Amino acid sequence: MRLQAPETTVSFTFDGRRLQGVPGEPVAAALLANDIRLVARSFKYHRPRGVMSAGSEEQNALVTVGRGAQAEPNVRATTLEVSEGLEVSSQNAWPSLRHDMMAVNDLVSPFLGAGFYYKTFMWPRSFWEKLYEPVIRRAAGLGALSGHTNPDDYEKAFAFCDVLVIGAGPAGLMAALTAGRAGADVILADEDTAMGGRLLREKEDVDGMPAADWVAQAVAELAALPNVRMMTRTTVTGAYDQGTYGALERVAGPRKAGKPLECFWRIVAKRAILCAGALERPIAFPDNDRPGIMMASAVRAYANRWGVVCGKSVAIFCNNDDAHRTARDLAAAGVKIAAVIDSRDDVQIEADYPVFTGAQVIATKGRHGLESITITHAGGTRSIRTDCLAMSGGWNPTVHLTCHMNGRPTWREDIASFVPTPDSIPDMVTAGACNGVFNTAGCLAEGAQVAADVATGLGLEPKVTLPVADDSAYAISPLWAVAGKGRKWIDFQNDVHVKDIRLAAQENFRSVEHMKRYTTQGMAPDQGKSSNVVALAVLADATGRGIPETGTTTFRPPYVPVAIAAMGAGSQGKGFAPERFTTSHKATVARGAPMIEAGLWYRPSYFPQTGETHWRQSCDREVGYVRGAVGVCDVSTLGKIDIQGPDAAALLDFVYTNMFSTLKVGRVRYGLMLREDGHVLDDGTTARLGAQHFVMTTTTAAAGLVMRHLEFVLQVLRPDLDAKVVSVTEQWAQFAVAGPKARELLNAVLDQALDDQTWPFMACGPVGVAGVPGRLFRISFSGEHAYEVAVPSRYGESLFRMLVAQAEVMGGGPYGMEALNVLRIEKGFITHAEIHGRTTAFDIGMERMVSAKKDCIGKAAAARPGLVGDDRQQLVGLRAKDTLTAGAHLFEKDAAAVRVNSQGYTTSVCYSPTLDMHLALGFLKNGRARHGEVITLRDHLRDVTREAEVCDPVFFDPTGGRARG
Amino acid sequence: MVSLISLSPCAGLLPLSEGGVTVTEVPVDRLWSVAPFAGQQKAVSAALKDQLGVTLPTVNRRGGAVTWFGHGTYLVAGDVALDGLAAVTDQSDGWATVRIAGQRAEDVLARLVPVDLRAAVFKTNHSARTMLGHMSVAITRVGPDAFEVMVMRSMAVTLVHDLQVALRGVAAR
Amino acid sequence: MRINCPNCGERDRREFYYQGDAVALERPAEDAGLAAWDDYLHNRDNPAGDTRDLWFHEAGCGAWLVVDRNTVTHAVHGAVLAEKVKT
Repeated sequence: MRLQAPETTVSFTFDGRRLQGVPGEPVAAALLANDIRLVARSFKYHRPRGVMSAGSEEQNALVTVGRGAQAEPNVRATTLEVSEGLEVSSQNAWPSLRHDMMAVNDLVSPFLGAGFYYKTFMWPRSFWEKLYEPVIRRAAGLGALSGHTNPDDYEKAFAFCDVLVIGAGPAGLMAALTAGRAGADVILADEDTAMGGRLLREKEDVDGMPAADWVAQAVAELAALPNVRMMTRTTVTGAYDQGTYGALERVAGPRKAGKPLECFWRIVAKRAILCAGALERPIAFPDNDRPGIMMASAVRAYANRWGVVCGKSVAIFCNNDDAHRTARDLAAAGVKIAAVIDSRDDVQIEADYPVFTGAQVIATKGRHGLESITITHAGGTRSIRTDCLAMSGGWNPTVHLTCHMNGRPTWREDIASFVPTPDSIPDMVTAGACNGVFNTAGCLAEGAQVAADVATGLGLEPKVTLPVADDSAYAISPLWAVAGKGRKWIDFQNDVHVKDIRLAAQENFRSVEHMKRYTTQGMAPDQGKSSNVVALAVLADATGRGIPETGTTTFRPPYVPVAIAAMGAGSQGKGFAPERFTTSHKATVARGAPMIEAGLWYRPSYFPQTGETHWRQSCDREVGYVRGAVGVCDVSTLGKIDIQGPDAAALLDFVYTNMFSTLKVGRVRYGLMLREDGHVLDDGTTARLGAQHFVMTTTTAAAGLVMRHLEFVLQVLRPDLDAKVVSVTEQWAQFAVAGPKARELLNAVLDQALDDQTWPFMACGPVGVAGVPGRLFRISFSGEHAYEVAVPSRYGESLFRMLVAQAEVMGGGPYGMEALNVLRIEKGFITHAEIHGRTTAFDIGMERMVSAKKDCIGKAAAARPGLVGDDRQQLVGLRAKDTLTAGAHLFEKDAAAVRVNSQGYTTSVCYSPTLDMHLALGFLKNGRARHGEVITLRDHLRDVTREAEVCDPVFFDPTGGRARG
Repeated sequence: MVSLISLSPCAGLLPLSEGGVTVTEVPVDRLWSVAPFAGQQKAVSAALKDQLGVTLPTVNRRGGAVTWFGHGTYLVAGDVALDGLAAVTDQSDGWATVRIAGQRAEDVLARLVPVDLRAAVFKTNHSARTMLGHMSVAITRVGPDAFEVMVMRSMAVTLVHDLQVALRGVAAR
Repeated sequence: MRINCPNCGERDRREFYYQGDAVALERPAEDAGLAAWDDYLHNRDNPAGDTRDLWFHEAGCGAWLVVDRNTVTHAVHGAVLAEKVKT
């Protein structure tokens, strides 16, 4: 119920029921205001559960928002904001929250304790995947994914600052004010909808005014500072190396198309100040999980900040001073306080409501919500009627971020809590409640002080002025678990109770990390924020050790669950990888060519014509163009690297196995490049355009790799070489013109006619292409009389259209990757299918290309034993009457097709329309000595067996007369 | 005789405008990569001073027609003669260049670029080789609210796509 | 992780390509023998502590860097241009 009728309300639904709420308040507050206490069923036992906290640490009140593809499960009702039309539903219950069939789990709970699955579903092994796991997964769990593609937009972004202040409670606000006033670039991030933290939730004065007013004043001052950026609804989720922090922002305001739901920030800060506050921890007592049993601080937060009272008759159970605020604030607001039960003997409380000291709650009643509690105290046992029990086992400083880089927190006996160990994160300091300071004055002072130190460290001159505030001491006497029988819940989100932890200890899972994995304590989405310290205190007790020796489990990022969609924002669909398009792309697509990916590039498979129903028809026709007339193919995707300098030739001699310093200007040479370990890196042609000027081509796949390799050689291995390399892949649009009529075609577009004397095979040089300065290379990847002609890319599309139109007039046309592949296989030319990283120059029959006259990359290693010799699998050709498959293994004709008998494999296959035969390239043990032998190909994957004849890999025109002619 | 038609890298893709931020193509005429040979840095700088009126800028800076473009490399807008002093390579057609302008241009780039582009840190004529999304780019601040971004020509479509998504996200807030 | 590039200043790890141990700087002579080449190519320490390795600022200025860092604390002590180390 509400203390006062709100000024504005909106309607939202919970499990289809229409409810009123105040816009912007947490859904949890609105549900409590509507007297809805049962909001969820627990993970394992399907026990009725209600709202427990008022923050992101919430364990029970997980709900699903929206429906259909937009449904988002496991959203905490305590941080979800009420908005008009919001659809909220409960999860993990069937058929309904009140009548959940799976609650039967709770009745057989004695059998379902920690380790139950491990012990029970051991055998038979095959049942695990098919039966046990699906059944268990159905029975236990939280919300379910929709199964549809997420239609929402997410975003990621980068931010930079001098000082990142994490948390905007009293310490964070003072830190931001102090650093901001000193002139530092500050980002102040807080996960709440408004800055202020605990100051918005307490009835106390700061600087002589209500705390909330002081917050408003501080926020106004910060907003006026241009060097301060305030980020609300932003949870800093992780601390990473070199001052990088992850942060999840829930983007404010209503959903709309194109607007991101969440933004995942990478914030880089010179310094960080952690002011993350503290989380109240529960006390383990029997049946402490009924709806209506909440954290004491949450009960007063709902009253103080949102005007929502969580019960008609509220009881408080605590072991510390702080929880008494709940009783005082509620009493002042006119709420009936049924009792305050303080476990400590030595406290003096004066109040006009019943106070029991040295007392404990030992039982609770109420099926779908709390109805009464039973307490023991010096005077005996008694039952108290109450519908809301506010509990407090003390406060845990939020040390999580300080542990993200292997830091371990330090135990402080006086506050019975862990505090951050200084310097756990480089350049991060801590202040306020997260540092174990539990009053407002202390938090304000520490926030100001650490910020002043940080600002001074940045070379600024900060001033510290402190507001007056509450400085009352915090006293606690630890109480982790109440003695006696019954299930005393510790990890509410994963349904772990005291007995589970004792069982783990008893079964020798005594290490806190083992206990965690055995019981699953701390493994739910909340990662044990509220339960960890209680659990390890119980473990410490069960194992007879102290809490510091028991230690904590490792806190890892993220601090709150982060949707994969937020982390991967921008990388779905077209954002997954850049698309690289050639200048001929539009013209190619317009011809209906199916495009295939080659690295990031898109290249045409083939150019279908009317009447063709199968790609092979198109491919065979295109091969025919090149062998019979002329074909045109965009080869711009091949890497082109401009190499200039006094030592350009020396560089090439060092990176290629063969000599380039002897190459004449105006000539092209084929080159083979090795890795330093002796295996082939790449191949291609390099043209000498001038005495100190070369242009190298690489394969499409290895363009980036070769560029990096050349820079490596120049900067790391041979900085003595004065040569410069720059990629010109994008500068030039380059087209292969191949076939007996290639010269005739080019003569129609070039400014000067070509002839064999000035343009012999492997010549290169500048040409005018329809008036544009271009380059021409007489090289061939098809074995035909062929050229590659290049023009600046702005003319690429135009030249492609011109070449294709001309080719078509001459009985040829464009060809795609399929035909290109057939043409090169017919000639035994290798691609990365053959030079796949495990083959050497020897394997591909090019060992004679490794010059004896000079050193080169890979030369020493290529000669080592094992990389040469008859045992190596060597490049061969294979021919057959039937289709061959790539990846098939090769066996002696009658040998069994098993691994130990494998003598090699195929790498490339095609049907050759030129030879009317199926061809393959492959590697065969001692293959060069086995030409003529008939062997068996076996492809287990495709279930294909063939016989084929081993032959030279050059199937067509072995003397190369066609390319030279 | 027929002649070849020239097309710019972003032909048909730009302009783009949303939330007060506009993206337009910057026309490029002559653009050269200049990498001084060993010991020729000063000579190159002097020659540029003669020919274009500007010396070589320091790293991460643009000065007039000359922009630092990576380790030992500069981009020069306009023709220069540096025979024997530097590797001079035509890049006039290698890059797509766009201008992103508007009050929230910085916010748009913060969605895509992992470097600090705040005005106080990255001032006018500051230039960075970095990434935009998954692409390698050069970014130069050309005014209080304006940046120039260069990406490999073949990736112009992806550049425009990524900017469009970021523009929409920023405008929707 | 962030690396301080001598050209570009501090940059996010995503801009860099990782090569491996800076032993790659010490390329043996062609005739150094199998053992020397084996060490150069394949044998690496796996230190828990300070390490020195080669990174390429591939999506940045294109400089090869020698980076000193610590595999335990993740501290990056510094980076220098590889070409300056060698000459």
